[in-house]
Amino acid sequence: MNATAAQREADEVGAPVVELGVPLVGGSNHRSTAGTAGLDVSEADRVERFAQMRAGELGSLHSWELVTAVDGPGTRLTTFLSGCPLRCLYCHNPDTMEMRRGEPITADELLGRIRRYRPIFEVTGGGLTISGGEPLMQPAFVARVLRGAKELGIHTAIDTSGYLGAHCTDAMLDDLDLVLLDVKSGDEETYKRVTGRELAPTLDFGCRLAARGTEIWVRFVLVPGLTDDVENVERVAAYVASLSTVTRVEVLPFHQMGRDKWDALGMRYELDETPAPSPELVARVREQFRAQGLTTY
Amino acid sequence: MTTTAVPGPSTIDGPENETGPWQGFVTGPWTDGVDVRDFIQRNYTPYTGDASFLAGPTERTTGIWARLSEMFPAERERGVYDIDNTTPGSITSHPAGYIDQDNELVVGLQTDAPLKRAMIPNGGWRMVETSLTTYGFDIPQDIKRIFTEYRKTHNAGVFDVYPPNVRAARSSHIITGLPDAYGRGRIIGDYRRVALYGVDGLIAAKKIERHELDMERSVEDVIRDREENAEQIRALTELKVMAASYGYDISRPAATAREAVQWLYFAYLGAVKEQNGAAMSLGRTSTFLDVYLQRDLEAGRITESEAQELIDDLVIKLRIVRFLRTPEYDALFSGDPTWVTESIGGIGEDGRPLVTKNSFRFLQTLYNLGPAPEPNLTVLWSNRLPAGFKAFCAQVSIDTSAIQYESDELIRGAWGDDSAIACCVSAMRVGKQMQFFGARVNVAKSLLYSINGGRDEVSGKQVAPVTAPVDGDVLDYDDVRARFDSLMDWLAETYVDALNCVHYMHDKYAYERLEMALHDRSILRTMACGIAGLSVVADSLSAIKYATVRPVRDETGLVVDYVTEGDFPTYGNDDDRADDIAVEIVRDFMEKIRAQKTYRSSLHTQSVLTITSNVVYGKSTGNTPDGRRLGEPFAPGANPMNGRDSHGMLASALSVAKLPYSEAMDGISLTSTVVPSGLGRTKDEQVANLVGLLDGYTVSAGFHVNINVLNRDTLEDAMEHPEKYPQLTIRVSGYAVNFVRLTREQQLDVLSRTFHGGL
Repeated sequence: MNATAAQREADEVGAPVVELGVPLVGGSNHRSTAGTAGLDVSEADRVERFAQMRAGELGSLHSWELVTAVDGPGTRLTTFLSGCPLRCLYCHNPDTMEMRRGEPITADELLGRIRRYRPIFEVTGGGLTISGGEPLMQPAFVARVLRGAKELGIHTAIDTSGYLGAHCTDAMLDDLDLVLLDVKSGDEETYKRVTGRELAPTLDFGCRLAARGTEIWVRFVLVPGLTDDVENVERVAAYVASLSTVTRVEVLPFHQMGRDKWDALGMRYELDETPAPSPELVARVREQFRAQGLTTY
Repeated sequence: MTTTAVPGPSTIDGPENETGPWQGFVTGPWTDGVDVRDFIQRNYTPYTGDASFLAGPTERTTGIWARLSEMFPAERERGVYDIDNTTPGSITSHPAGYIDQDNELVVGLQTDAPLKRAMIPNGGWRMVETSLTTYGFDIPQDIKRIFTEYRKTHNAGVFDVYPPNVRAARSSHIITGLPDAYGRGRIIGDYRRVALYGVDGLIAAKKIERHELDMERSVEDVIRDREENAEQIRALTELKVMAASYGYDISRPAATAREAVQWLYFAYLGAVKEQNGAAMSLGRTSTFLDVYLQRDLEAGRITESEAQELIDDLVIKLRIVRFLRTPEYDALFSGDPTWVTESIGGIGEDGRPLVTKNSFRFLQTLYNLGPAPEPNLTVLWSNRLPAGFKAFCAQVSIDTSAIQYESDELIRGAWGDDSAIACCVSAMRVGKQMQFFGARVNVAKSLLYSINGGRDEVSGKQVAPVTAPVDGDVLDYDDVRARFDSLMDWLAETYVDALNCVHYMHDKYAYERLEMALHDRSILRTMACGIAGLSVVADSLSAIKYATVRPVRDETGLVVDYVTEGDFPTYGNDDDRADDIAVEIVRDFMEKIRAQKTYRSSLHTQSVLTITSNVVYGKSTGNTPDGRRLGEPFAPGANPMNGRDSHGMLASALSVAKLPYSEAMDGISLTSTVVPSGLGRTKDEQVANLVGLLDGYTVSAGFHVNINVLNRDTLEDAMEHPEKYPQLTIRVSGYAVNFVRLTREQQLDVLSRTFHGGL
C-alpha cells in the first residue's frame, strides 16, 4: 500500500497516505477558529499522558461547538477530536488530521461540559456528537465519554468515515443512538483517490450497524470531477438503500472554505481549481438517492 | 400595588355588566377601581391551538397599506415626507386627519395628514430648528420666539443646571445619548384604561387622588404631585376633545371590539401627538383587546376576518407614527425608530398562558402587511408557552426577522405578569411603574481613562480627576483593575448627577401629562442607567490577565495603543474565565450606581444595551487592549465582539445569559443572526430548532434575544439596490429597523457581525 501511495504522490494525484502510528500527543498550535475554550487542558506529563490515553481517560481534542441542525437532531455539543487515518482531498478541517495538534483533555473534564448542557439537550431534543478527525482513532476515550453521556441520559452520536469501524466495540454501539456515516465514494478506486484508503471497512461497518439496528444518517460529499460520476453515486445510493436503519441522506456540496487552512498548515491542496457543484448537479445527485426511496437533503 | 378607586359605569349607572359596555364580563375588583390586570385575568380566554384559524388581509386592508406604501419612497429619499412648521403638536393641535376616510376602521393621525410630522418643542427648540433647516423648511419666527423668549424648554433647563464635570464627561463622549435635548420617552401609559373605563371614569379616579393630595400639607413633593395631577386631568379632558373631532365620544367605556381598539388607539395617539419621546411604547394590549374581540366573535357580531382587519388597521396606524428628529439623532438611533413596542404572550402568575388568538393576530400583521420594524413586536417567551404559539413565533421569525424575544420567566419574577417592555428591553408594570431613561456610559473608554490617569485617549484632555497614569512596560491586571474600579466610582457619581439634572427638568418642562394620567398615583420610578462596551472591557481585561499587554505611549506619555502577545480567553464562548470578568463589571458598576442619591428616590437599575449607537461609541473610543482598533464599532448591547465568539450561536448566547438580571434590571440585549439553512433542512425542522434554541436560552436565564434569519447575500444586494427591499427588516439590539434606512456605516457593521452559518 505504501508503494501505491508513493506512486500516487509521485503522480501528484490522490490523497497521501499516512501511517496509523502517528505520534499520539504533542504540543498544540494556536487556532483562530473554535478551540477548547472553557475546558481545562490536562497538565499531565508525557509518560502519564500515554498511560491515560490508552486507558481512555485522556483524549486529544481539537475543539467543541454548540451547533444546531447539523451533526444530528436538535442542538448538540459537537466535539472535534484530533487525528484521522484518511487524507481526504476536500477535507475542510485538515487541522484535525494530526492528533498532535489537539489539546489533551480528560474524559471527566469533557463530561463536565456535557453535563452543563443537559438542560439545553432536553429542551432542544439534542445531544452529544463526537466528530473529528476520526473519533474511532481514540476508541477508548470515545467509549468512556459515550458511557458517561449515557449515564446522564443524553442522546449520543458519532460522525465517522467507518474506516476504523472495527475499533468500535459492541459495548460502544450499545451507547450510541445515531451514527453519522460518511460514505465518501461508491467504487473502490474513487474512494482510494479521495481518501488514500480502502472502501471495504466502511461498507462492513455500515452493514454491522444496520444489522444491530443502530440508526444511521449517511453523508456524501459531492465534489465535481471527483465524486460526481453517475455510476459512483449510483453505487453509493444502492449500498445506502441496502441499510435498513438509514433515516436520512445528506448530500453535502463541496465548498472552498477549507482552502486557507491547508495553506496555513503548509499542506498541499489539490482542489484549488475545483468549483462548487452547480445547483443542477446537486439536484441530480440528490435525485439519485431519492430514486432509491431514501429521504435525502 | 395600590389601586385607585374609580366610580366606573357599574357605580355610576348601575350594574352595566348585564346591559352596558361591560355586558358579559366577569366582575371583580376591577369594577370598583382601576385594575386592568384583574379585568384581564377574570375575562381572557387562553388559546393553546395553532395558527390555522388566522385570516389573511382583506382588500380594504391591502388598499390602505398600498396607499401609504406609495408615499414611503419619497419619505425615504427626503428624510421626511412633510412637516407642519406652523402648529406645535399637542393633543388637540390638529384637525382630524385620515389616510382614506371612507375605508379606515380605526382613525386618528398625529397631524392632519399621514406622514406629516409635527414640531414638539417642549423638549428643546434647537432640535426643532435644526430639523426644519436640514429638511428645507422655513423657521416659524413667532413660534421660535415663544420657545426661546417666553417659554423655557427642557433642554434650556438642563443646561442651566449641569455642573462642569457633567459637561466635560458629556462632551468627551464617556457619558452619551442623554435625553437632554429631546423627549426621554420609555414611559408606557396604560392606554387600555381608556377603553375599559372611559375617560370620565378615569377623570373621576384622578379627582379622588386629588382629594387625597389636598389632605396632605403643602410641602414641595405634595405641591408637585398636585400640579401633575391637575395636568393629568387637563390632558384627559383634551383627549376627549381630540376624539370628538373624529366623531367619537370616549367619555364612556368602549362597548365593542372596534370601539375598544379605537379608544385604546386614541389614548396612544394623544401621547404621540404631544411627546417626542425616544421610545413611545404601546404596552401589553393584545390579550386585553382579545377579551373584546372574543366577546364579539362569540356573539356573532364579527367574523375572524373582521377581527383581523381591526388589528391590521391598528397596526397600520402604529407603523406610521413619526417624529421630527435631526440626522444626528438618527446616527445614534438609526432608521428613524419610534419603538412602538407591543409585548405579546407570556405566562400568568396562575400558570395559565396569557396567549390568546389576538397574540397570533398581532404577529399575523407581518404577513398581512409585510414585514416592518414598527410596531416593535416583542414576544415574552417561556418554555411553558403553548406549542402552537411557539411554533408560530419561530415561523414568523424565520420568515420576517421582525420579532424580539424576552424572558417571561425573568420579567414575571421581577415585575409580575402585567408588565410590558418599553423601548427594547426595559420591563415595567403597566400603569404602575415608569422609568427615567438614562442612556448609557462608555465603559470601554472608562477603562482607557483609568490607564491614562483620567485623560482622554483621543484628545489628551483631562476629563476624570487626575491620578498617576500607569507606568511600566507591561500592564498588571490587579493594578489596572484597581484603577478601573476608582474610575468607575467617579463615573457613577458624575453619571447619576447628570441624570438627576435631566429628569428634574424633564418633569418640570416636558411632563408627560397624558401618559402619566394613565398611571396610578403611587408608582415605582426607576433610574435606568446603562453601560456600553462591556465585551470590549471584558476581553481587554482578559488580555491583561491572561496574555501580555504592553502599552504604547505617544510623546506626551499618553497611552494610545497596546501590543498584546499570547492567547487570552474571550467573552462569548461560554468560557467562565472571560465571562466572569464581564459579570464582575456589571455587578461592580451597578453597586456604584446604587451608592448614588437619585431624583425622586427612584430605584437604581441599569441596562446592557446600545441600540445601534455601538457604531458611534466605537468611533470615539481609542485602541483597546483586546486588539480592537480606534474607531472600530463595539459589539451591540451585551453581544460578544464580532468574530470572537467561535463556539456557535448558543455558546455565545450562554455567555450573555451569565450576566445577572438582578444587576441589570433594565435589560440585557443580545442580537443574533443566522442563515436559514443553519436552522435545519426543512421548514418544520427550522421551526422546531428555533423553538429549541429559544427554550434553551430561556432555561439558561438568558434575558433578551433578537433573531435575524437572513442570508448575507440578501443584505449585500439590499445595500446595492435599496429600492428592491423597501420592507427588509432586521433586528438590531432591541429593536427592528428597515435595513435600507440605515447609514452605509451601520449597514457595514451589520454585515461584519457574526453570521452563524451552522448554529
